[in-house]
Amino acid sequence: MERKKYQEIVKKYTPKENRIYNGLIAFITGGIVGVIGELLLNFYAYIFHISTKDASSFMIVTLIFISAFCTCLGFFDKLVNFCKAGLIVPITGFAHAMMSAALDYKKEGLVTGIGSNMFKLAGSVIIFGVCSAYFFGIIRILIFGG
Amino acid sequence: MTTKYNNVYINETAIVTGPYEKKGPLHSYFDKGYDDLYCDSKTFEQAESKLIIDAVDILLEKINKTRFDIDLHISGDLLNQIVASNLASSTLEIPYLGLYNACATSVEGIIIGANMIEARQIKNCICTVSSHNNAAEKQFRYPVEYGGPKPKTTTFTTTGGAACFLSYNKSGIKLESSTIGIVKDLGIKDAYNMGAVMAPAAADTIYRHLKDLKREVNYYDVILTGDLGKYGKKILKEYMLKEYNIDLKNYNDTATMIYDLDNQPVYAGGSGPACAPLVTYGYIFNQMCKKKIKRVLLVATGALHSTSTVNQKLSIPSIAHAISLEVIE
Repeated sequence: MERKKYQEIVKKYTPKENRIYNGLIAFITGGIVGVIGELLLNFYAYIFHISTKDASSFMIVTLIFISAFCTCLGFFDKLVNFCKAGLIVPITGFAHAMMSAALDYKKEGLVTGIGSNMFKLAGSVIIFGVCSAYFFGIIRILIFGG
Repeated sequence: MTTKYNNVYINETAIVTGPYEKKGPLHSYFDKGYDDLYCDSKTFEQAESKLIIDAVDILLEKINKTRFDIDLHISGDLLNQIVASNLASSTLEIPYLGLYNACATSVEGIIIGANMIEARQIKNCICTVSSHNNAAEKQFRYPVEYGGPKPKTTTFTTTGGAACFLSYNKSGIKLESSTIGIVKDLGIKDAYNMGAVMAPAAADTIYRHLKDLKREVNYYDVILTGDLGKYGKKILKEYMLKEYNIDLKNYNDTATMIYDLDNQPVYAGGSGPACAPLVTYGYIFNQMCKKKIKRVLLVATGALHSTSTVNQKLSIPSIAHAISLEVIE
């Protein structure tokens, strides 16, 4: 059988993902993460009497800690699996990806295990994050003058 | 290539599983099940080798022999350098052959052992195979604790170790014939749709087996494929009908039998080298001993890929080997 014909059969029996439902779940749960972030932001700004710009670093660190800690406790993967992009796109997804890789390679040593494998998933986020920040920064300077 | 055997029998089997299989519908046919995926070991790789060691221990106890009575140990698994089999063999001290044919390893091992027994090169052998969900996830997919969503066609690697004892003593189940399959590649590149990858290989091996032995499909009470899953099963049926004009009525897939697909988080069903033997050695052999089914064709299917070739956008080749099992009259 030709490859094309076979791929048609495969396509026929491959179930469709429910994109609208997944999108809705991600919208709601991602929104909830946003609300929690906003609450934390205001909380830190109020408690420590700092600007919201400074408080945002505190808020990010808190979210990273919560998602890394929950990953270690072993239930965060089920939550991510349900919320999908709602938890993967915010900073929680980045922390989760790093922590889960670190946990996997913990028994292979600090340097050869955790050190060299921790960024297995999250490494590309950093590389392309830094690169795009650089290029978009240049574009911003050229268009808006800084 | 199809070979007929006169005097090869699977005398006894032993099965050890992990927690998910223990909660599955076939749990009563397993010899031992762990509640924890670490199986009393430090790492997942060691846990997988423990599954093999346990299965061999139970098997030796069942056949009332020591390891010095065994001529050969044939084993394979999914991990890099088949490390689970190698680790297990280092403690067993039985002459050892290590194999890799992905999820088709179980039947590949039995075919090699059967040929050597038929040629009287050895008196007996133990064929083992293992897979471990977390060890496989770590190697082939994402970290174990990473919860990124997967498509519905994904299969869930079975955790288990299966061992069988082959000899020319007439007891247990008769190994009647075997077919060594060819590698097929119909251009599927999706590592999350292994059923679609492996269905052409399964179809080709079933067709060759039936053609070589001049048999009709209803000669067998059941034709079992290894781990095509819920969707691969449908693909195989349609492909078989369109390409070879064979209607698979008496057909099932072990991937859909080992788990409760509606209530367990296993997506399209089980997979891994241990999936087919877990169901066959447990449930199917039990049914055969009760003479409820008499002739079974077991077709173990394997996807021969690595994460590197998938990332290089190469399509995934697949293989299937078949053995025909009969009740001793």
